[in-house]
Amino acid sequence: MDRPLRLISANPLDQLARTLEALLVVASQPLAVEELARAADDDAERVETALGLLGERYREGRSGIVLEKVAGGYAFRAAREAAEACSRLVEHPLERGLSQASLETLAIVAYLGPVSRPEIARIRGVAADSTVASLLERGLIGEAGRESGPGGAVRYRTTPLFERVFGLESAAALPRLDDLGADEAEIRDRLVSIAERRAG
Amino acid sequence: MLLRELELDLDAFEGPFDLLLTLVLREELEPADVDMAAIVVAFVERLLERDELDLEACGEFLVLISALLELKVRALFPEEEAELADLEPEEAAAELARRLAEYRRMKEAAIWLADRLVAEGDRFFRLGPAPLAPRSERRLAPQEPALLADALRALAVPPPQVSIAHMALRFPPVSQFLERFRAVLRRRTRFDFDTEVEGLSRVEQAVAFMALLELRKQGEIALAQAAPFAPIRVARAGQETVAEEERTTAWTARSA
Repeated sequence: MDRPLRLISANPLDQLARTLEALLVVASQPLAVEELARAADDDAERVETALGLLGERYREGRSGIVLEKVAGGYAFRAAREAAEACSRLVEHPLERGLSQASLETLAIVAYLGPVSRPEIARIRGVAADSTVASLLERGLIGEAGRESGPGGAVRYRTTPLFERVFGLESAAALPRLDDLGADEAEIRDRLVSIAERRAG
Repeated sequence: MLLRELELDLDAFEGPFDLLLTLVLREELEPADVDMAAIVVAFVERLLERDELDLEACGEFLVLISALLELKVRALFPEEEAELADLEPEEAAAELARRLAEYRRMKEAAIWLADRLVAEGDRFFRLGPAPLAPRSERRLAPQEPALLADALRALAVPPPQVSIAHMALRFPPVSQFLERFRAVLRRRTRFDFDTEVEGLSRVEQAVAFMALLELRKQGEIALAQAAPFAPIRVARAGQETVAEEERTTAWTARSA
């Protein structure tokens, strides 16, 4: 006799977990706990518990599908061990050919966003029109209002897709800027020492 | 000459350095799009290929690349030119250091992103447009049919009729009063206007007055009034028996 597949046997959250599983399969983007709770018509706290159970079931090494917390929500992705097979089936068009200029622009938008094209150009020292256009086309950045004042420039911020492509739980998962690169005082000291050498 | 031989292969331009200068000066190439550091690197590489140091070429190159840099800076920061010029050398150095540090941090962030992209290169997930959410259904609380009927009944009452009587003024014809006054004067030689029109509506009194003026114009009657707002006395023409003092202040058609 056929018996229904029981993922989490004898658990009161069994039914809810199965519903969440279905929702995550249908969705084409990460779903926040609130969205899942609304769709499942259930309590957010219970949804989180059920997600924990699903995460245990769908994890690397145990399943070809992995449940991950990404871009402020939950989503299914392929297990890493299947990456090679996946790459033979589908391409990674989004991140392929991201130039150094695009990555620098993306970093500026990710850290300083919402930020306008003139601001990006000021920091990078070159016009940012083409890199911004290409990042927009890839869907990694999106428009986020305009600068105040009449005729204000369009401002940009990163999209949930950016967080997903880079495997970030949220924008807050980016490393702190203080941990990156030389600090201002060091550069200033170096400038001053060069000036002194020239004067001497 | 070293500069003449300098071939460039940049994102925005490919060709000899001389042509790049010409294009920038003719404003056919935006200096903002040109990677100046790459030009310097190309020049230094050419310099290294030679055994001797060509000081003249170096001097010329420095002058040209500085001019290009200045053009680029002016193009990138047109509005900041004035405020930066006012800065003290130390402040300018601090500002420069701040901007360099900012750019350095962004470069480091870009390197981190590039590494991350490689590390996460084996992540595959489904991509697609955002799904359309089902339209939310507005649920009504259970309703009493009787209450609904009452509500509809209240709405079904015709609104009170608005009177538009004031819009259609009914004027009796002037001729009616002409005949009336003529008939009165056939019976009597004179009459008092106010007494005659007493009891008529305001509009009828006005029409009666116009009839009076008409009769006066045609010379059929004579009018007299002792004082403003005093009763108007009407008499058959040529048979005025109006008192002398009344005539001096007579109200005539001239002032009508």
